[in-house]
Amino acid sequence: MSLERSLALFFLTISIIYGYTSFFIIDVSLPPFAKMSPVWPSSFPKILSAMGVVLGFFLVFSKPSANTKTEIDLKHLKSYSWVPAFALLGMMVAYALLLRPMGFIVSTFSFLVIGSVVLGERKLLLLSIVSLIGSGGIWYLVQEVLGIYLRPWPWFLSGGF
Amino acid sequence: MIDGLLIGLSTALSLKMILMVVAGCLIGTFIGMLPGLGPMSIIAIMIPVAISIGDPAGAIILLAGVYYGAIFGGSTSSILINAPGVAGTVATSFDGYPMARAGKAGKALTIAAISSFCGGTIGAILLMIFAPVLANVALLFHSAEYFALMVVGLSAIAAFSGNGQVGKALAMTLLGLMLATVGESALYNMPRFTYGVLNLQSGIGFITLAMAMFALPEAIFLILDPARTKPKSEQENAVKDLRITKEEAKTIAPVIARQSLLGFFIGVLPGAGATIASFLGYAVERNLSTKEEQKEFGKGSLKGLAAPETANNAACTGSFVPLLTLGIPGSGTTAILLGALIALNVTPGPRLMVDQPEIFWSVIISMYIGNLVLLVLNLPLIPYIAKILTIPRSYLIPFILFFTLMGVYIGQNNAAELLILIGLGVMACIFRVAGYPLAPLLIGFILGPMLENNFSRSIQLYDGISFLWQRPMTGALLMIAVVLILLPTIRLFLSRRS
Repeated sequence: MSLERSLALFFLTISIIYGYTSFFIIDVSLPPFAKMSPVWPSSFPKILSAMGVVLGFFLVFSKPSANTKTEIDLKHLKSYSWVPAFALLGMMVAYALLLRPMGFIVSTFSFLVIGSVVLGERKLLLLSIVSLIGSGGIWYLVQEVLGIYLRPWPWFLSGGF
Repeated sequence: MIDGLLIGLSTALSLKMILMVVAGCLIGTFIGMLPGLGPMSIIAIMIPVAISIGDPAGAIILLAGVYYGAIFGGSTSSILINAPGVAGTVATSFDGYPMARAGKAGKALTIAAISSFCGGTIGAILLMIFAPVLANVALLFHSAEYFALMVVGLSAIAAFSGNGQVGKALAMTLLGLMLATVGESALYNMPRFTYGVLNLQSGIGFITLAMAMFALPEAIFLILDPARTKPKSEQENAVKDLRITKEEAKTIAPVIARQSLLGFFIGVLPGAGATIASFLGYAVERNLSTKEEQKEFGKGSLKGLAAPETANNAACTGSFVPLLTLGIPGSGTTAILLGALIALNVTPGPRLMVDQPEIFWSVIISMYIGNLVLLVLNLPLIPYIAKILTIPRSYLIPFILFFTLMGVYIGQNNAAELLILIGLGVMACIFRVAGYPLAPLLIGFILGPMLENNFSRSIQLYDGISFLWQRPMTGALLMIAVVLILLPTIRLFLSRRS
């Protein structure tokens, strides 16, 4: 099955789940007085889901367009740098999970250094200086200039989680 | 109008606002020059900074400055290294890059800057004339007409999305509308589609979605395809003489006049935008040229460079007309600007000109200032700004990803939001690979709550859906929406049969 059609099937599935929730779940907790109103919180989603299901079926069963220009050549997938792309996505997940416990400066510095190394940078001293200035500078801007609290150091240096 | 202009002038000409425009233009030019990073990604990254300013006029002026700067920066990378930063400047590279290869990079940049300046400035004059007229008409609209108008806007975006793309664009619009319903509903504050997840109670953040749809996929594609960020050679980047002759100025003057008008009116149409304007402008000028001049197109023609540059800037200005007067974004970029305004408790629409004239008029005045800044300040700095093209991608990409993450974290102060960003970003990458347009999703997401509110209000007022036939304007607008969706399908069916 082509990627285009798989995504059409995904859209159809989403529309069906969305429709099931709109028709059978949302209204269960609707207060009795609200049921006298001509419009309910589920009214608009019901219309959307109906349109989504019809369009989803149309996309699944229609012929994939021949003239679609995409940014990735699906016939030459091996020519793309998948390993660094997945590594950086994994690092973003790690950054999201470690940002609070490890503190802003440590997690950002590590993210920038490891990210650059994954992409082929080998001048570690220069990289460390740039990353330190970057993470320190942004922390100062956010915390001191914008006034948004960001814990700079790990939990064991800042009195717990 | 004169009163409004004076209010706009007094707001936009304050030192703070001028600094905002200058900063926005410089940042936009810097980042817009990086191949692969379009204005939507840059504006998405800049939103948390703009919101933190707290002043709606200042925020929108900064973001508008970033927008013009990004378009100008995109032209620069198109001319210098044949790597358009944005789709709207692809046509610029057709003649700009051959000029740069012939050693006329400076001249090409000057023509691009003058054309951009004129296109943007004439566009701003037209905006100043048409926006108040349209806003006054829109003041007569009720919630039913607003609902119908938004349906027309969403349908137009799908209809103008190109051959074979209408179904996909409609699907993405519906997906955006569905995402907008996640969280507490405006009616009775009931949670919808949260499936017990507490983080979804307040809905999906606009910044999260904007970053996930544009900034994150751009960065991932830069990693996947390293060729996107590689400059061709240092020699080709050299910018020397920036002057143009009187003869050259005479050649491009009529082109600029024509394309300013054409670009502006194309920009006003929802879904059309700078890309279509630039390609159409290029094609029109090629057809209007003499046979001798036509041979020059693609080899370094001055007209071929001035036409798309003028048209895309005029179209950018034109796209502000539906945003400021009707509250309907015509493109992904204006959708992001609308989201930023809503985050600042400003609702664009016909009431904006009446209730908050300082915002309405200062945005228009800032367009003149922005265009002037690009011409006077950015052009002489181009040889230095172009150095950004030499920053290694191993430094650049982690910083782009970091700014994307930080933008979302600062906006929500919630690490779980970062995981939602990554999940949505991966989905966006897959959709892009399959050729599904992402701008309609964001436009649907931003218009969703307004569409639902106007729909609910109309049903409550008329105790049902009788407003569809009791208000002729509503019925007519909805008919236009149906025609807009059906026309490309009928045309495709007929072309297949023939």
